[in-house]
Amino acid sequence: MGFFLETLIGGLMSGMLYSLIALGFVLIYKASGVFNFAQGAMVLFAALAMARFSEWLPSRLGIESKVLANVIAFALAFVVMIAVAWLIERLALSKLVNQEGITLLMATLGISYFLDGFGQTVFGSDIYKIDVGLPKDPIFLMESTFQGGVLVNKEDLYAALIAAALVALLTLFFQKTGTGRALRAVADDHQAAQSIGIPLNRIWVIVWSVAGFVALVAGIIWGSKLGVQFSLSLVALKALPVVILGGLTSVPGAIIGGLIIGVGEKLSEVYLGKYFGGGIEIWFAYALALVFLLVRPQGLFGEKIIDRV
Amino acid sequence: MKFKSLAIAAAIAVGGAALTSGPAFAQAKDQYIPVLSYRTGAYAPNGTPWANGYVDYLKFVNAKGGLNGVKIVWEECDTQYDTAKGVECYERLKGKYGGASLVQTLSTGITFAVTEKAPQDKIPIITAGYGRSDSQDGTVFPWNFPLAGHYWVAADVLVQHIAKQEGGWDKLKGKKIALVYHDSPYGKEPIPMLQERAKMHGFEVQLLPVTHPGVEQKATWLQIRQNRPDYVFLWGWGVMNSVALKEAVATGYPRDKMYGVWWAAAEPDVKDVGEGAKGYHGLAMQHGAHPNAKITKDILEAVHGKGQGTGPKEEVGSVLYMRGAMSAMLGIEGIKRAQERYGKGKVMTGEQVRWGLENLALDQKKLEALGFNEVMRPVSTSCVDHMGPAYARIHTWDGSKWAFTSDWYQADESVLKPMVKASAAKYAAEKKITPRSPADCQA
Amino acid sequence: MLYRENGQFKTSYRADLQIFPIAQDRIAIVALLAVAFVVVPLVADQYYLRAILIPFLILSLAALGLNVLVGYCGQISLGTGAFMAVGAYAAYNFFIRVDGMPMLAAVLLGGLCATAVGVVFGIPSLRIKGLYLAVATLAAQFFVDWAFLRITWFTNDAPSGSVGVRNLSVFGLPIESPVQKYLFTLTVVVVFALLVKNLVRSAIGREWMAIRDMDVAAAVIGIRPVYAKLTAFAVSSFVVGVAGALWGFIYLGSWEPAAFSIDRSFQLLFMIIIGGLGSIMGSFFGAAFIVLLPIFLDQALPALGTAVGLRLDTAFVSHVTIMIFGALIVFFLIVEPHGIARLWSTGKEKLRLWPFPH
Repeated sequence: MGFFLETLIGGLMSGMLYSLIALGFVLIYKASGVFNFAQGAMVLFAALAMARFSEWLPSRLGIESKVLANVIAFALAFVVMIAVAWLIERLALSKLVNQEGITLLMATLGISYFLDGFGQTVFGSDIYKIDVGLPKDPIFLMESTFQGGVLVNKEDLYAALIAAALVALLTLFFQKTGTGRALRAVADDHQAAQSIGIPLNRIWVIVWSVAGFVALVAGIIWGSKLGVQFSLSLVALKALPVVILGGLTSVPGAIIGGLIIGVGEKLSEVYLGKYFGGGIEIWFAYALALVFLLVRPQGLFGEKIIDRV
Repeated sequence: MKFKSLAIAAAIAVGGAALTSGPAFAQAKDQYIPVLSYRTGAYAPNGTPWANGYVDYLKFVNAKGGLNGVKIVWEECDTQYDTAKGVECYERLKGKYGGASLVQTLSTGITFAVTEKAPQDKIPIITAGYGRSDSQDGTVFPWNFPLAGHYWVAADVLVQHIAKQEGGWDKLKGKKIALVYHDSPYGKEPIPMLQERAKMHGFEVQLLPVTHPGVEQKATWLQIRQNRPDYVFLWGWGVMNSVALKEAVATGYPRDKMYGVWWAAAEPDVKDVGEGAKGYHGLAMQHGAHPNAKITKDILEAVHGKGQGTGPKEEVGSVLYMRGAMSAMLGIEGIKRAQERYGKGKVMTGEQVRWGLENLALDQKKLEALGFNEVMRPVSTSCVDHMGPAYARIHTWDGSKWAFTSDWYQADESVLKPMVKASAAKYAAEKKITPRSPADCQA
Repeated sequence: MLYRENGQFKTSYRADLQIFPIAQDRIAIVALLAVAFVVVPLVADQYYLRAILIPFLILSLAALGLNVLVGYCGQISLGTGAFMAVGAYAAYNFFIRVDGMPMLAAVLLGGLCATAVGVVFGIPSLRIKGLYLAVATLAAQFFVDWAFLRITWFTNDAPSGSVGVRNLSVFGLPIESPVQKYLFTLTVVVVFALLVKNLVRSAIGREWMAIRDMDVAAAVIGIRPVYAKLTAFAVSSFVVGVAGALWGFIYLGSWEPAAFSIDRSFQLLFMIIIGGLGSIMGSFFGAAFIVLLPIFLDQALPALGTAVGLRLDTAFVSHVTIMIFGALIVFFLIVEPHGIARLWSTGKEKLRLWPFPH
């Protein structure tokens, strides 16, 4: 029983981490109708920027305090992501405004290749460290009830709390601020929003910047766990089942989808894995999402696609 | 529009120039060695130091006058650890400068693919410390050379060391060893040897595959926490290694019960984890980290001292750098041995280099002359045995560097040889190859 | 002036329905095939045959198969690598386990196995559409990746899971040298291109295109979506499976599941988008672009570097290659979202009028 709880908690927290990345996908799809395959590359780029800046700043500027260096690196990395968002909007998106979904998808794939190469050219292809003070050692709960206690990974716990805080922040942003309202208007109907004077281009830059911010937070958390290296961009492949399970247009869907996929993945690997020889995590997540899609073809919370003939 | 047509015209011009220049003139004055490496992709942090060591050694040999006067020329191609790209690199590079004399593929997948092509191209493949374990059998694999060791040697030595730690082979009964491996041919290689040993001594082997690229290991380590194996063998590559160590820290598994194969025990794997990886053991195939060996100092002086170093100076002497240098050295010695028979000071063809690699006799004195004295033990090959006696030892990470913590081990021939023979025979039967007879060997 | 149809009257339905109704087209195709079959083997050196033409041909066959599914039937699939893998491993098993099985038969049987798997994974397309289907097909990709790593029966219990083939021959002729491999691959590709072209011009092809354009309307007028979508998956998987078998047998010689990973699927999707969706010729153009561009950049960039006096290291060249690749894809999509095939047909349209302006 104790071990089951351990796996469950581990799965829930894994799921929160996936939903951090899924959030980026959902934000961009909601506001601009583009399925941003470059989200993984953005996570990598943001993490590389953060890792390298936090390495270079203390030596260049002679800053002693690690916290200050991290904060400045974070701010700089955010500025970099805003610049990336602006460039993507200017050079790619605005020229592809009315194209079909698959063309935009391929364009974002092209952007992801570009960002991968560019990030590694500028920042390097070694493994880099991000140290924002997240603790690495485990906590053991309920050691009296269960033998060995229930293992809770402290780093994952902090990450899950940060992810939850981020979602709360984003919800506040969307519901309470003027820009948030404009974003929701654009997500609803591009042309209607344009006709009442909402500047589409600027909105898209804002959306991609927010997605860039989410990518930066996700990059810092994942980078702190795994080290910042090229494979970080492949983590996005693990977030895809979360996105389609929750629905491409729903922020709470990303969270709930993440929790379901995280738990499903870990439980399947630990309990079913031994009958299949192990390694079933990744396709099980996709199969799980597929099963849900067969019941609700637009994901749990996604907008129903209405076909007009 | 004008810009577009200008851009296209420029691209075609450059393209034409590049493609027509193509494979260079056959200058049979220099010994050509193509270098297949990966400096990008998921495995770059581990591939880059190896490539730097390899190329630095080639530069070093040139700086010391080449191979009895013959200069080495090389060209690097980035395979990104992808088999198709590796095959394309091999095809592109093998014909240049008059033909490649040997190739080192640095990836098990590319090794398998090139093994099919090398016999026709007559280029020997050196797979120092990786590749097919059964390619040790020179009668079935006349062109493959797993010099200095392969994965069955690694598995065997690790089990021997564990047995020694426990106090004897009989103490292994009932113990549990978990193999956390990269789900690819590389990771699966040790399984037959481990299972063989498990049958012989009564311990249990738990197989835990980790899907490429290996960043998702939470479930694996939760299972380890549940099963509490006595030892964990890590057979990972690239970022999988550091993630494994980080997960071990996060789940509280003692690192001093973890043993990594020689590709899972190098600086990039543990530097990130730092103190957390303290006590982690690695298998050292012949060499470990040697910042003070004679060859390290020689390279620093002759290559880096003249500003010709391929990578950063701090890297010289690190584990993967030494492996690259050692691999290069073995190839060079093969060529030199070929020159002893076919003509000193002449450029050697692939076939001649193969003879040289089959008749390597690097004893301790020769190694000392080369500067590899503390680094390696003797390597000698024959037509039938393309690996020779393989030595390995254990080194441990103490938080800031690797230090040797055991004596030299050798794989148990009585277990290893029959397995190699059986597997090679199966391959020969499947591919309908007639094994070479020892009489063919003196070709 | 050159490309006019003047004077070319069709006197039979058969003549009217041929694939290349314009005589100049026919001449051009015959000339192209003559060059490909006769001139290239005599002139091209081994590197171009082995490392450029053979992968180009095999990948254009795979792109052809994918185009049937995505371009003609509108079902986005990201699991193509999986079907290639099924084709390759199935062909391997038939070749190894059945004594005296000819290679061609093994390859075709491998394609049939891929068809079966393709139909199974195509069933969700009856309910799921669009981007959701794309991600759902990734389930096929990862499952097949895992299956060939874990189930050792598929790899003939090889200790490492890598398999390889040797001693290939077709009707008694050996397929060992680069020229023989090239000619064999070229024959297969030409035959399949002809088959697929005729398939998409027929009733079933029209059903596919109707489903692609407006699937609800198609159902209203009596086209059965189940039949159309599953046949699209079946035909596409067959072609892709055969391409996979050729990739393993002819090009790689020895392979492991990573050779058919998700990168391969993305690569094929790039090919048909850049080449042109819903166009047979587009598959070839796209394959040429995607196969040749990285190799070209890999060689051109160091040459450019030495021309300006810089020694570029391979990591830098690799990264810049990827950057340029990504940038060119975006550039292409901006300039011609319908692919190179559209540029080609626009060119032909202008050629019909040339030298007159209208």
